[in-house]
Amino acid sequence: MTSIGDLGRATHAGSDDAADELDRLRAEVAAWRAQHAAAERRAVAFSNSSGDVQPVYTALDAAPAFDELGLPGDFPYTRGVHPTGYRGRLWTMRQFAGFGSAGDTNTRYKFLLAHGQTGLSVAFDFPTLMGYDSDHPRAEGEVGKCGVAISSLADMERLFDGIPLGDVSTSMTINGPAIILFAFYVAAAEKQGVPSERLRGTIQNDILKEYMAQHAWIYPVEPALRLIVDVFAWAAEHAPKWNTISISGYHIREAGATAAQELAFTLANGLTYVERGIARGLPVDVFAPQLSFFWDIHNDFFEEIAKLRAARRIWARQLRDRFGARDPRSWMMRFHSQTAGVTLTAQQPMNNIARVAYQALAAVLGGTQSLHTNSMDETLALPTEAAVQVALRTQQVLAFETGVPNVSDPLGGSYYVEALTDQLEREAEALFAKIEQQGGAVAALEEGWFQRQISESAGRQQWEQEQGLRVTVGVNAFESAGDETAIPLLRIGDETTAEQRQRLVTLRATRNSAHCDAALTRLRETAATDRNVFPAILDAARAYCTLYEIRAAMETVFGEYHEPVFF
Amino acid sequence: MTASRPIRVLVAKPGLDGHDRGAKVVAAALRDAGMEVVYTGLHQTPEMIATAAVQEDVDVVGLSILSGAHMTLFPRVLQLLREQGRDDVLITGGGIIPQDDMDALHLQGVGKLFGPGTSTSELVRYIQDWFAQRQRQEA
Repeated sequence: MTSIGDLGRATHAGSDDAADELDRLRAEVAAWRAQHAAAERRAVAFSNSSGDVQPVYTALDAAPAFDELGLPGDFPYTRGVHPTGYRGRLWTMRQFAGFGSAGDTNTRYKFLLAHGQTGLSVAFDFPTLMGYDSDHPRAEGEVGKCGVAISSLADMERLFDGIPLGDVSTSMTINGPAIILFAFYVAAAEKQGVPSERLRGTIQNDILKEYMAQHAWIYPVEPALRLIVDVFAWAAEHAPKWNTISISGYHIREAGATAAQELAFTLANGLTYVERGIARGLPVDVFAPQLSFFWDIHNDFFEEIAKLRAARRIWARQLRDRFGARDPRSWMMRFHSQTAGVTLTAQQPMNNIARVAYQALAAVLGGTQSLHTNSMDETLALPTEAAVQVALRTQQVLAFETGVPNVSDPLGGSYYVEALTDQLEREAEALFAKIEQQGGAVAALEEGWFQRQISESAGRQQWEQEQGLRVTVGVNAFESAGDETAIPLLRIGDETTAEQRQRLVTLRATRNSAHCDAALTRLRETAATDRNVFPAILDAARAYCTLYEIRAAMETVFGEYHEPVFF
Repeated sequence: MTASRPIRVLVAKPGLDGHDRGAKVVAAALRDAGMEVVYTGLHQTPEMIATAAVQEDVDVVGLSILSGAHMTLFPRVLQLLREQGRDDVLITGGGIIPQDDMDALHLQGVGKLFGPGTSTSELVRYIQDWFAQRQRQEA
């Protein structure tokens, strides 16, 4: 009897006996496939997002050498970044939430914390995401609809009223104006008496994927990248526990990318940020430990687990071998996961609970550090409190009832999962080469190359769905009468707009406008130099300059981004 | 059905919402169905969309809105087109829009709106049927 380990050694060392064993296995598998192929008659695609999968995997497909895997907590972290997996600490249950005014969202946060959520995650409304105040003409109709409206430090103080910022960790999904919202947060913590050194949390701050997929940008690429490196540099010194970026595959995948594209494009962005930090003169080990990632957890269960394992391995090797990082914390990819919004259906919405549960299981088997589970009603509106509670309880069932968190990387050594992990790594490397041919990630996105790749994948998925090659339960199979909404939905009225307008009127009337003007003048001057702009933004935040005032001050120097339009 | 000329469609993303997957998939599907499609790109104001619709002399405007701002943006585009004497233009679209809101917008004069999971052939058929009917009325 030959063990997997022997075959692994045979693959790598080529001993004659084991090579004979491999030949015999190859012949047996070929004969087995020939005998049973005709029975594979179900009319569906046996494929994941990258291509066909085999009916069975054996040691022929995967026999990873020990140094490809390591133990959990060991380089290259294929099996996880923590030696004890979830035995030391469970993942952070972090539900993304925000709507209406800062007061409304503050109430939701207190509800979530009271129900056992362990970290906060701020969803901002579209005007805030784009750097507009609630009373700006471009904000009309959008204030508080898709997230919370935050136009100044005063709103940020209200958002966290009664929530001690030295004790919670807070994730903020903000990109174009990330540096401004981070300054509001730091200033709000100061008001609570909490120094920036104690702050724990994350700003998304990943502008490259905005140009590729999510599209909440402000400035052109180069000044936007400069602002990101300014955050790296400031936080390395003043907020060492803060994750300065969450390099995000989520939006790339939601926009249509395959798992391999999500993996490769996101890592390419991550490597670009590392290059830019180093180019500024920051030693890699000074800022790399504060970089974090964010993945979309889609439907193909094993492919998603393999994607997370491959991501850790690629990142560790790139940071150590290409950039010469010496601190293991620079090698470790830590990440947040969210179940895939795009897989939710408006038809038979209760089915979404089951989809989310499987996706959450994949995220945990892939070793996520924190997790958001989507609510069943999110294809129809922002989630109700009841729907969010089911989503949070789904994580708690997984954490406390299934036994899954007891063992690290329980699928390690599975022929299938190891083969998929290797395959995704190879596909990512092939895509890295294509990105290099385009002149690197920045040139490729300015040319619209990424955007076209993503659109083509989205079109192909739509076609497969409409051809019936992919089954979506309740949409193109198992439909039933009255499938449309029968669940209560959250309604957000227009009161927030009026309330925010009034708050801004009061703010402008009561703040010291001379301080404000001086801070904005200094910000414009700093933006025009090579100096780090964060201290000037922080001073403007403290002076109660508004989000748009700060945005506009830098825009006079940087200009604004124009997208390449095509379909 | 055979149209006497290609149907002209403006696919637009109003407001600040950056989710353009649906808009691009729909634009490509309408083009593949033989329509002449103009896509505005992101972050358009209702004024920009109405101006483009008039300049491009389109038959149909399709708005894609996933931001929750549909009750502001659909009526505004409708009103601007009416002010320019273009109440013959069909305003349709889709996104994350609850059924009650779709019904309310329909009463104001907006055409059929489509939610997640809609097949592109359903959209194509809807626009073609609307256009055929309008041509019959004009004949």
